[in-house]
Amino acid sequence: MKVTAVNLTETEYVLPGNRTCPGCALALAYRHILKALDGQVIVTVPASCLTVLHGMYPITSVNVPCVNTPFASTGASATGLVAGLRATGKKGITVLAMAGDGGTHDIGIQSLSGAAERQEDFIYICYDNEGYMNTGNQRSGSTPLGAITGTTPILGKRQNPKDIAAIMEAHCLPYIATANASYPLDLYEKVRKAKGVKGTRFIHVFAPCAPGWQFAYSDTIKIGQLAVETGLVVLYEIEDGIFHLTSASKSLARKGNLKPVREYLAEQGRFKNITKEQISQLQDWVNARWRCYLERATS
Amino acid sequence: MGTRDCKHICDESSPAIGEAGKTGEWRSLMPVIHHNKCIPAKQKRQSCFLCWLYCPDAIIKKTIPIQINLEYCKGCGICVQVCPAKAITMA
Amino acid sequence: MPKTRRVSASLTKKANKANIRLLDGNQAAAEGAKLSRVQVIAAYPITPQTPVTEELSEFAERGDLKAEYVAVESEHSAMAVCTSASMVGARTFTATSAHGLAYMHEMLHWAAGARLPVVLACVNRAIGAPWNVLNDQQDSISQRDTGWIQIYARNNQEILDSIIQAYKIAESVYVPVMVCFDGYVLSHTEMPVNVPSQEDVDRFLPPYKPHTVLDPANPKNYNLVTLADPRANAEGILCHGYMELRYLLQEALQNSTETIIKVGQEFGESFGRNYANMFWKDNLDDADIVIVAMGSLAMEAKVTVGMLREDGLKVGVLGLRVFRPFPKAALVKALEKARLIVVFDKNISYGSEGATCSEIKSALYGSQIKAAVRNFIVGLGGRDIKARELADAVKKSLPSLKTSTLNTEHPEWICYI
Repeated sequence: MKVTAVNLTETEYVLPGNRTCPGCALALAYRHILKALDGQVIVTVPASCLTVLHGMYPITSVNVPCVNTPFASTGASATGLVAGLRATGKKGITVLAMAGDGGTHDIGIQSLSGAAERQEDFIYICYDNEGYMNTGNQRSGSTPLGAITGTTPILGKRQNPKDIAAIMEAHCLPYIATANASYPLDLYEKVRKAKGVKGTRFIHVFAPCAPGWQFAYSDTIKIGQLAVETGLVVLYEIEDGIFHLTSASKSLARKGNLKPVREYLAEQGRFKNITKEQISQLQDWVNARWRCYLERATS
Repeated sequence: MGTRDCKHICDESSPAIGEAGKTGEWRSLMPVIHHNKCIPAKQKRQSCFLCWLYCPDAIIKKTIPIQINLEYCKGCGICVQVCPAKAITMA
Repeated sequence: MPKTRRVSASLTKKANKANIRLLDGNQAAAEGAKLSRVQVIAAYPITPQTPVTEELSEFAERGDLKAEYVAVESEHSAMAVCTSASMVGARTFTATSAHGLAYMHEMLHWAAGARLPVVLACVNRAIGAPWNVLNDQQDSISQRDTGWIQIYARNNQEILDSIIQAYKIAESVYVPVMVCFDGYVLSHTEMPVNVPSQEDVDRFLPPYKPHTVLDPANPKNYNLVTLADPRANAEGILCHGYMELRYLLQEALQNSTETIIKVGQEFGESFGRNYANMFWKDNLDDADIVIVAMGSLAMEAKVTVGMLREDGLKVGVLGLRVFRPFPKAALVKALEKARLIVVFDKNISYGSEGATCSEIKSALYGSQIKAAVRNFIVGLGGRDIKARELADAVKKSLPSLKTSTLNTEHPEWICYI
């Protein structure tokens, strides 16, 4: 049965009164990720906004067991949990590694790549707010072209981001997906599907950040949806090497054109200095990428 | 008064609501539901519940009528934006 | 020169009954881990530790050891695997040297602060720049502040025995333990080692009982952000601030001396080799000149003592076994009669002096002992250090017995500069 807001479980694993900003996409995504796993998880988390969501000793805001681990080590920590559970004969628990884009694309990429290459049996979810937000918004490997951050304060980022899902695809993983906090039911279904797969499963979740990207808290969902409607974010799944588009990206492929990227850029203060040239560059890049995805989807 | 009574030898935290305090104090405006427009209230059955789905802080309950926990609502206003019946306003 | 003699057939039979095997240090370490029934091993190869990782992966693949062997992609990840596996209740082991130990430095702090009984074998090797794969103790000495118990082995028997004891110690006090042994000098040198039986080790070493609970039915969150000040939990009980948690770690290390000695005593009762000490004493009873050394150098120093006693000097060796926690009180007692202490360090805290020397001086401060302390930096980067050279250094230091200068400002080096 397809999941809807009506039939989705009411059990909450993320508790109210936590430290996330109002309108935090990570908090929204995490709620649904944990619901999809029925809370039968051990989560491992590096330094990140999620660490802050989790609270401060001696009180935590989540109702699932969690192991905090240093920044670079998420993939290795998850590996250790899996190995330890297997060695001590404990079954029926999913190990969930959940890191930000910093802990995934940059400082954490080595341990993630190593774990994926070894086909370790856990789910790795990267929630991507396109910057080191926990330390106040500095550029990361996933920050988009033209974005102002603490470390690209005047010129904005001058490179396109890494495509982490494509990097993970090169590891021959059984399940890879891209998702978006603005499409929580799609996210839920992907996590649910991942739960039933063995090996390293990777999900990249787009998570708009109001204070970092400079838009109103209430616009989080709107921004996430615009990202998909302009083709900057594409929702897909790769199951055992077979690619297909999902949710709003699937609908978009069937009918309709991409909205122009400037509609997305105009909503966010972080792009206030982006040049006409960069916008044009970005539009070309998005168009070319979308064409590739369309080809992959139909082949 | 010392801290040994907690008996922890390492940093072990237990789950509780309100770790950051009463986060309802953060907001400047609060959401108000107009039950004459709200779909589940009007239809008197389990339906819609998009505000519950999209609330980042899980402070909405899937009851009829819908309840918002104002003690912890941060006033982000997402529920206002996603409601298809425009049944919520910020006041 | 002692006469060589053929080992009699009955002696060989006796040795085999006691299961004496020719093992190099790396093999001894691997055997120790195997006998300790480690459950998760995560290691990355680095000279001269590599054979430890290979032995253990062979044990695991052949089924001799029922363990998860994780071929991690770095040493930082090796320690992260060990800490997380330890959290869910597995007995964990890793081994490394030099740069590998340095690479996992952050995680060493983490393991200690998280109070996890991980055991690590450090095959002591020099750290670059420049590159050097040979022995000195700079690597493990550089980690002395991390909160790990540090034990140094003088020979391959002690390596094997120390690893087994390390688990019993670590799992009693919930502090990780580092067993250090000299690269090449021990790691690649074969010695006769009495390998205990699995049954005897099982009797000695009980299963690991974690203090952490990772159960969805009773969720806890470990090693979250902690504030400077104490904070009440949801029940109103005042819980630790960061400082209190760290106080508990230091307290555990201070109190671990008792456990280390008790475990050493129990080991002696079970296996006939007694380790109820924090340092080895050789010829100390009447010695007014004491050589302090750690690891294989402490064995070399025994030969030096023989040479110097022939020259009429009353010399003894204090072979430091446990570097952390540093046994200040016991040391002061052992050095009562000393008037000259010559400390040989295979390491240096640059800008100051050898680490052992500083610790010795700090132990002596405030005591009644009025001994001159001379520090020699030796053996860095695998530079061979002979018993004769140690003896010459002691003789060089003799004038300190007569002068009023108790210490020199800078350490002396035995090298070619």
